[in-house]
Amino acid sequence: MVGGKVNIANLKNFSRTSIKLSSIEPGSDCRVVAVTGNGHVSRRLQEMGVIPGVRVRMVKSAPFGDPFEVRLLGYSLALRKSEAELVEVVA
Amino acid sequence: MQATISEISYPSGNPVVALAGNPNAGKTTLFNFLTGLRQKVANYPGVTVEWRSGAWKTADASITLIDLPGLYSLETTSVDESIARDVLEGKGADIPRPDAIIAVVDATNLERNLYLVTQLFEYGVPVVVALTMIDTFEKRQHKIDLRKMSRLLGVPVVAVKAADGEGRDELENAVNSISGTRPEFPFHANGNGNEGENARIFARYNFISKVVQDSVVHNDRGAHELSEKVDQILTHRFFGLVILLLVLLVVFQTIFTWASVPMDLLEQGFGSLGVGVKAILPEGILSDLVVDGIIAGVGGVLIFLPQILLLFLFISILEDTGYMARAAFLLDKLMSRVGLHGKAFLPLMSSFACAIPGIMATRTIENSRDRFATMMIAPLMSCSARLPVYTLMIGAFFAGQTVFGFLSLGAVLMLAMYLLGISVAIVVAFVLKRTILKAEPAPFLMELPPYRLPNLRTVVQNMLIRAWLFVKRAGTVILAISIMLWALMYFPRESPRSGTELRQPVVASGNADVPALPESQQLQNSYAGKLGHAIEPVIRPLGFDWKIGVALIASFAAREVLVSTLSIIYNVGKDENEQSESLIGAVRNAKKPDGSLVWTPLTALSLMVFFVLAMQCMSTVAIVRRETNSWRWPMFMIGYMTVLAYLGALITYQGGRLLGFA
Repeated sequence: MVGGKVNIANLKNFSRTSIKLSSIEPGSDCRVVAVTGNGHVSRRLQEMGVIPGVRVRMVKSAPFGDPFEVRLLGYSLALRKSEAELVEVVA
Repeated sequence: MQATISEISYPSGNPVVALAGNPNAGKTTLFNFLTGLRQKVANYPGVTVEWRSGAWKTADASITLIDLPGLYSLETTSVDESIARDVLEGKGADIPRPDAIIAVVDATNLERNLYLVTQLFEYGVPVVVALTMIDTFEKRQHKIDLRKMSRLLGVPVVAVKAADGEGRDELENAVNSISGTRPEFPFHANGNGNEGENARIFARYNFISKVVQDSVVHNDRGAHELSEKVDQILTHRFFGLVILLLVLLVVFQTIFTWASVPMDLLEQGFGSLGVGVKAILPEGILSDLVVDGIIAGVGGVLIFLPQILLLFLFISILEDTGYMARAAFLLDKLMSRVGLHGKAFLPLMSSFACAIPGIMATRTIENSRDRFATMMIAPLMSCSARLPVYTLMIGAFFAGQTVFGFLSLGAVLMLAMYLLGISVAIVVAFVLKRTILKAEPAPFLMELPPYRLPNLRTVVQNMLIRAWLFVKRAGTVILAISIMLWALMYFPRESPRSGTELRQPVVASGNADVPALPESQQLQNSYAGKLGHAIEPVIRPLGFDWKIGVALIASFAAREVLVSTLSIIYNVGKDENEQSESLIGAVRNAKKPDGSLVWTPLTALSLMVFFVLAMQCMSTVAIVRRETNSWRWPMFMIGYMTVLAYLGALITYQGGRLLGFA
């Protein structure tokens, strides 16, 4: 899905309450509304394309429940649970 | 256009072009394609990051191509990124400011790859975009309008297929065409502090999203389907781990079986070389230095080269196919418990064969503190050079005994030695990551690249370059230490003409009833022998006498040297191996001056524990020196491992005595 659905939507369109990316079920899609924290990790997440408006699919978690694999912008990203907890999403 | 290439040339020489791109974007393949083997590897001054530069021969010039480290961004604070930034700003010591940048962009992963490109625009250096993986992209029925993309980005966009040799001329023309231009900054985002940073990232992606929408026609069906299907098995909760174990099993089986043939050949080769040189050179110190010092010392390290090469080959293949990232994904949870990155697993696993490729493989770990921690514990994995030591000790003192009536005591002890190394490594990593290598947690964030067939050329080139680097960079240190150790065991010389040295009182010969061979006597009277006496009070609490001390000193060259040194000092001839009956007999019967036995099973166990933990390998020291670009880390490694080895052996020996073992 290389970029096909990369409409970086306006943040204000989201009215539903957001949840953490780490609590999304494997196989489900969601949309990023915010990346919390202001450290190195949060910056890097955004640079990798985890920014408000981008669609993210939770693919799976690793054998021991952590890290996760997600798909966004046509590529697969592995991130730890602690990192996924920084990402606010709506289903 | 032909003239312009000289205009962008650096006053002092060739034009300089930097290659920049995301990891996995095909940067190395493009670099190898453009330069062939006309490349050299150097360290950025003062840091551990390595860069390659090479000569790109174009129609009318030779361009110096600089390969920047793989980058996702130029804004965050990793070492790789700050180096790339310095180079682009012309602040890199010894590295000229580039006249142009080739931004390598993976067409199948446009948005994230273009993010870096938008940052490259800010350096005022002309940029050419080289699109890689374009064939995979087109196979998926996507279409890309290069001219449109080029117009929207404001820089030339060229498709290259390094594997087929296509795009070279186009790239050359594009680089010529942009010389002297300044890229226009196509978007703006203002703001300060954290908000401003976030706004800038957002604005960049917004811009990219427009570029991609206008220049790419997507057909979403089937994209990345194959990789995802493969991943359903390869990163499966259960089968993923089973397959990983199988992969490792195959790798190790291959290393030990395939490598043994060339290793034996090399060993014979160095043996014959020694004999040949001895025949040519006149008898004397020069001949002894060359044969026993240099050829034996350096040869003893080089025989491990086939093993090292094979490990590099596997590491290269695992990296290029994309499997390495999956292995890190599968095992990150385990590794993160001790504060290490999932990527630390493979280097540590390789270290069971040999710590050298393991330490060189830590390069894939981006965070330098994680990387150093991994390097520091890699030599605690029981490598193949320890096996002769374990085998000799078990053969001499624990052979034929069983535990619970059916388990071979030797096998149990062998396993215990491996487990001891692993357990201590876990503790050391845990402590290091909480003390001297403590840092703000580095992001794990890692791309899982689509599976690809490895490019044979790249794999072989990488393997050869790494092996050559090992020989070249570690070679001088290994040579120096070999000569030093040889001199310790060679001097002082008794004059052969005096005729008395053979009858000199020997403090305690291994076999009192056999006259000492000159070789044995020489070693006992050498500086190494004196050093052995000097350290005897220190090592006596471990159950070791001065002869074992001499063997410990000699085996700093490489662990298996313990066997040949004991053979010399116990007077059974230096060509005995670890299974030799005469050596085992000599070890069992060696007596102290008071007539009691030097070795007991407890001494043997103490020595094995010592070898699990001690940094007895000059090649590892040399490679750590090279990889960290300082003597601080190898010295720290020798220091902490020696202390641990001493304590481990002390606890074993004294604890064993307290428990009533002899």
